[in-house]
Parts: sequence; structure tokens; C-alpha cells
Amino acid sequence: MPDYNEYLANIFAILKPFAKQGILLNEESELVTELGLTSLQVMELIEQLEDHFDMSIPLNILPDIRTVHDLALALEKLNP
Amino acid sequence: MSLFDKFQPIVDIQAELQQLGVMPFGAVTEKLLSSTEAIVNGHQVILAGTNNYLGLTFEPECLEAAKQAIDELGTGTTGSRMANGTFAGHVALENELAAFFDRRHAIVFSTGYAATMGMGSTLAGPGDVIVLDADSHASIYDGVRLGGADIIRFRHNDPADLDKRLRRLGDRIENTLIIVEGIYSMMGDQAPLAEIAAVKRKYGGLLLVDEAHSLGMLGEHGRGVAEAAGVEDDVDFVVGTFSKSLGAIGGYCVSNHDQLNAIRFAIRSYIFTASPSPSVIASTRAALRLMQERPQLRDRLWANAHRLYNGLTALGLQVSPEVSPVVAVTIKDRNQAIDWWNRLLQHGAYVNLVMPPASPSDDSLLRCSVSAAHSPEQIDRIVEAFATVQGQK
Ligand SMILES: Cc1ncc(COP(=O)(O)O)c(C=O)c1O
Repeated sequence: MPDYNEYLANIFAILKPFAKQGILLNEESELVTELGLTSLQVMELIEQLEDHFDMSIPLNILPDIRTVHDLALALEKLNP
Repeated sequence: MSLFDKFQPIVDIQAELQQLGVMPFGAVTEKLLSSTEAIVNGHQVILAGTNNYLGLTFEPECLEAAKQAIDELGTGTTGSRMANGTFAGHVALENELAAFFDRRHAIVFSTGYAATMGMGSTLAGPGDVIVLDADSHASIYDGVRLGGADIIRFRHNDPADLDKRLRRLGDRIENTLIIVEGIYSMMGDQAPLAEIAAVKRKYGGLLLVDEAHSLGMLGEHGRGVAEAAGVEDDVDFVVGTFSKSLGAIGGYCVSNHDQLNAIRFAIRSYIFTASPSPSVIASTRAALRLMQERPQLRDRLWANAHRLYNGLTALGLQVSPEVSPVVAVTIKDRNQAIDWWNRLLQHGAYVNLVMPPASPSDDSLLRCSVSAAHSPEQIDRIVEAFATVQGQK
């Protein structure tokens, strides 16, 4: 199973084209408030991660996710 | 910070609209001239943005049934279905719905929202899984969130995407509820239910279909998309509403699963709300009967749908993907959509203005709907109103 760092690397790769120009991505980047993702873009991010890791990511995890770190941690927990 | 801060975006939009002098949300229908014409915000208009698909809201038999029920049973039941709110009419309507859908069991709810929300929140709970179409109605999303099951979306009307998601569930498919709609309310497109049912047969799970916008329109008997697609046996639960083709208010769920009679008493939106008023039940029963007796209503509805769809398409507008009683015109820019909505009203056509997040994409929509009660001339006048607005700068 992939580990935290592998999830992290993939999130960064997928986020690059989404995130607002000129913003540096790091673990503490906030998906909505800082990177400016719309709710549709959050859905797309989730979908790409699901496809890449061939896993299910229920929407229920979203309210607890603010940063890239939160997301990578949640994926690790879902797919231990 | 205060509790009210989060409403600021709404306050801002309201102020913006006020400056434009437009009130698209909560437009006031001041007077109804018929089931298809009214005075809205001071303008006499053809109603081209309702859900009165069969045009039954002023049908004499429905009016008479409602009046008689008021005289005999009063204005309201003043109680829950589970306590004092089940009258003989509620039970009779459940039996008639079960017979119409050719299913063993039916539940009548106070609204369509309560039906969809109640079934979604009760059938699947913590530890279970809901797989739903991404463009599902708010009542479906609200229900499944309340229920606490794991929620997984699949791409709108994409059976291959559903397949992928069900495959990933592995053993959890045993505890999975799949939810789709028949005709989608905003764009009027139909679910590919034969393909969706095939995916369900391949993996398992239960399937619930919300036929809110397809009752009385499709299938040999008018039972909706499931009947038209020939997959009623694969659909475990059908939910829907009395507020559209039946011209009243209320909702239902029908099923062949005997457990529905136990589930009934676990649905909070069934228990903790008053049952529909006797007059509502009476007019709904009359409308359900008329819908079956007059298949010509359906033919007229579809003739009108084709006429409006073709008329708007010929104007070169960006029209929804398939002919349906709901015809949506996409207007990318929000302010342009507001402006068009307002000028359509002035030119005698009331349509629905839909802005994100209520629209399925980032675009705004002018959602039109047709009724069996529209005359071909009225449909032409709706198209003319669009042509006029399009020609003005
Ligand atoms: C798909 C769908 N389900 C449920 C509902 C709720 O029905 P009602 O408005 O009758 O409560 C609606 C309409 O609002 C709908 O479009």
C-alpha cells in the first residue's frame, strides 16, 4: 500500500495545474482558502486520486480536510 | 465573527440584484389566469418555468375532489401519519400508487423532499455505502449526509464510472445503495437506466430511482424512466412527488421489498411531520386517475417539448442535450442570464433562472419547462420572447 509520502507526491502533481498561479505548494497549503480551489475542482482532485490509487474516497472525509497534509493523512487512513 | 457572517455572500448578491432592479428569486405570482398563464411581478406571462407537466392544476375533477374533501374532512390532519394523521384517503392513495406502479408496497409522504430525503437517510447508515450520481438533487444529498453512510459519487449519467466505483467497493457492495434520478430536473436529460441496471446486476447492491420529473411522461403506463428502459425489476425503490405532474404536493416511495412496512416506522421525515391535508390527498388521487385515463396528455406534453426544443435550437441558443419537457438554455455569464430572465418576463415568458451552485456546472441556466396544457401558439410565443431578447442589445 502507498505511504503518506506517496500520497503527498501525487496530490502535489495533481494540484499543480489547479492551483492559482504563483503559489508555492507545500504540505500546509490550504486547498480552498489559499490555493483557490472551487468545490467542483475539489471533486475533480478527489476523482483523480481515486483513479490513480484505485481506491474509494467517500465525500464524508471532506469537512475535516483543510490542507494538503490533512488530505494525504486521510488517504493513508482510508487505505492502510 | 458572528453567526450571520456566512450569509454575507447572499446579502451581496441581493444588493447587486436590487441595483439591477431585478428579483428573480421569489418572483411573485400575483394572479393565475389559467394553468399556463399568470401575472408575475406585474407582467402577464406564459408560465414556461413550472413543473406542471400534465397541466392538471385547474382540472375540474381535481378541484371538485379537493373541495369535497375540505367540506368532509376539514383543512388539515393536524398530526403525523404515525399518530392521528392517517386518514382513509392516505391509505387509499398508497394502495392506488402500489397498483399503478405494480409494486406491493407504497408510502405517502408530506413532500417529495421528505420522501427522497427520508429514504436516503434511512436505508443506509453508518458503515453502509451510498453511491450516487454526481448531479443528484439537493434532497438526495441532504438525506444521505444525514444518514451517515460513506458517500461516493459517480460521474453524471456515466455507467462505466459507476462500474469502476462499485468494483472498488469489494465486499462492501452488500451494504450499498445506488441512487439516481429518472429525468434530471435542471437539464432534462434521462438516466441511462438500462446500463445502470446492468451494472447493478453485475455487482449487487440496491437501486433507488427518483422519478420526480418523469412520472406520467415515460413508459407504457407512465411509470417513468425505469418502465421505459424495461428495468423495473432491477429498481428496488422508486421515489417521487405529487408536486409536479400531479399538480399538488406530497411524495411517495414504492417497492416490492416487504421490509418497506418496517422501514416506514424508521423514517424520521415520515414520522415527525404532519401528514398531507385531506384536500391534497383528494386532488392527488384524482390526478393519478386522470393521468392513467388520458394518455393523450403525455402525447401533448412531448409534442410541446419537441416544439420548444426545436424552436430554441433554431435560434442558435445553447440548448440542453436532449428533447425533454425540461429545456434548459445555457447562458455562461451570470449577469447576462439575469438580464435575459428579466427581459423574457417583460416580453411575456416566465422561465426559471438557475445560477451555480444550483446549476450542474459553473454556467447559469434559463430553465424552461413545458406543460400538456400549453397550446402550440403559446410555445411559439415563448420562442418569440427568446428571439426578441436575443435580438435586442
Ligand atoms: C429530483 C427531485 N427530487 C425531489 C424533489 C422534491 O420534491 P418536492 O418539491 O415535491 O418536495 C424535487 C423537486 O423539487 C426534485 O427535482
